[in-house]
Amino acid sequence: MTVAMNNQTTLSRPRGGSFKRDLIGVIVIIVFAALGYVLFPDNLALLTRILAVALLVLSLDLVTGYCGVATLGHAALFGSGAYAAGILSAHYGINDPFLMTMGGIGAGAVAGLLCAVIMLRAHGLPQLVLSIALIYLFHEFANKASSWTGGSDGLAGIMPDAVFGIYEFDLYGHTAYFFGIALLLIVFVLLRILVRSPFGMLCRGIKEDPLRIRAMGASPNAALTKMYVISGAVAGTGGALSAISTQVVALDALSFTQSAEALVMLVLGGTGSLFGALAGTLIFMLFEDYVSAANPFHWLTMVGVLLIAVVLFAPKGIYGTAAAYFSRRREGSQ
Amino acid sequence: MQTVFSIAIDALAYGMVLFVISIGLSVTMGLMRVVNLAHGAFAMIGGYIASYVARDLGMGYAVAVIAAVVITIIIAIPIERLLYRRIYGQPELTQVLMTIGITFCIIGIANYVMGPTLKTIPLAGPLQGTADLGFRTISIHRLFAIVCGLVVALGLWFAIEKTSFGVKLRASVDNAAMAAALGVRTEIVYAVSFAVAVGLAAFGGVVGAELLPVEPYYALRYMVTFLVVVSVGGAGSIPGALIACLVLGAVDTTGRYLMPEFGEFFFYLAVIAIICVFPRGFAGRAK
Repeated sequence: MTVAMNNQTTLSRPRGGSFKRDLIGVIVIIVFAALGYVLFPDNLALLTRILAVALLVLSLDLVTGYCGVATLGHAALFGSGAYAAGILSAHYGINDPFLMTMGGIGAGAVAGLLCAVIMLRAHGLPQLVLSIALIYLFHEFANKASSWTGGSDGLAGIMPDAVFGIYEFDLYGHTAYFFGIALLLIVFVLLRILVRSPFGMLCRGIKEDPLRIRAMGASPNAALTKMYVISGAVAGTGGALSAISTQVVALDALSFTQSAEALVMLVLGGTGSLFGALAGTLIFMLFEDYVSAANPFHWLTMVGVLLIAVVLFAPKGIYGTAAAYFSRRREGSQ
Repeated sequence: MQTVFSIAIDALAYGMVLFVISIGLSVTMGLMRVVNLAHGAFAMIGGYIASYVARDLGMGYAVAVIAAVVITIIIAIPIERLLYRRIYGQPELTQVLMTIGITFCIIGIANYVMGPTLKTIPLAGPLQGTADLGFRTISIHRLFAIVCGLVVALGLWFAIEKTSFGVKLRASVDNAAMAAALGVRTEIVYAVSFAVAVGLAAFGGVVGAELLPVEPYYALRYMVTFLVVVSVGGAGSIPGALIACLVLGAVDTTGRYLMPEFGEFFFYLAVIAIICVFPRGFAGRAK
């Protein structure tokens, strides 16, 4: 507790109205979800995909934004969740969507523990490279274990039952969309509580100065491992959602590209903030979808230009820069 | 025995090509502390230019190599001035974002200008065919790649250990602020070493085009390999990079020959094992 108290003074976060901010966050998510449902009723598959990736980016934010561990291999946790949920359904006939999600959460947490044990041995660039090596190992392993995972053909035959026995997963993706929204809201509220807890503050402290945290008597590696497991559970939720909604798991879920895109989305939105993670995911996925549909030949260049522009003009990410701008305005008007 | 021999030659050639391309990255990362994911993109630009000069303009192989190196450096200079300058000293995440952005742009432009097909670089006459060693024949191009790697390693060793520029470079790597205070023009050292790094990348891209074929996604596909090699060797160290390239080249080639269905599994397993034992790379120093 003393550690947490000490860090609060250094972080100078506004204490009052945190419950109000949570409520606003939940309302904003619901408003956006409703807007998406009304504006793009034919494109619910894309919106559900955005929800699943948003869970991955939130989980990446936990280790990168809150703990300062840079990783280019976070899709390993997401893919483990997706494959666990898929294998439960395709091989064991466990088709209840809640049980499948639990399976995804468990597998993600185990994968998180495994990654933490290996990743936390190094720092800086070697750590980044370890994460890359890990995601390739997961990818090759899933490719080799094709009797379980379907290899490069993907894992098919996932048939989730109706939610509560009433709402069938229909062709248009209505059920999957609402299921995803519900998962995201639950995870969001839990994570808001987590990052404000003494444990969340401890992790922020480790990011700022691990040596000082050790001098205070806390163990950085134990805290980081714990955070990695939680992050794995969140990423596994996203993986399970993607397996349930698309009813197929491809090797892409465990790819370096998926990991790199997740990191790009996080930095784009702004690290160290749950709102930033959500904003980055939404903006990047919609931008990518729009540009690749408008001009399939140039979309990669456009994405590249967007990234360079963000680094040059909004170095704290889009949400971070906007938040800093508004807080400056507010101080100026007082 | 024959298998062992051909694996050894291929591994050596592959390791040397990796070395030529990634040593520039190692120097810039050790010197400027920039995680430069766009390094492979410069190697790709070199390969494209050489292909254009040798195949479409019909010039010789030597002209193509020189043109590739010179033009790639000319392309890289404004990129360094306008974009890289902004990310020196920034957090790693920012650098990753910026250099991935540059890589995406270069891939998109290469795809538009040169088309999505694979480009070949016609070899000069003397480099085609095979050499007879009495008990085995080996491709001359493989020998050429190995010799190029050795020449680059020796040349860099001489430049860094024996010349006054090398002294300034080492001083800037160790402590840039102190070197500047002692009168070393660090910005010139930075600019020259960035140019040399890009030139070596282009050279390696051309020489290694037979092993790492030139196509638009080259930059993304091998970006990780180059970064891994540098990290395993220890950023900023020539012997470290050489050892890392030879070890990882050997592991990768052996894995592909004997168990091709495992793909890059053994390569990355070796990477994890090495980093767990040497957390700073083979020749990494404490900061």
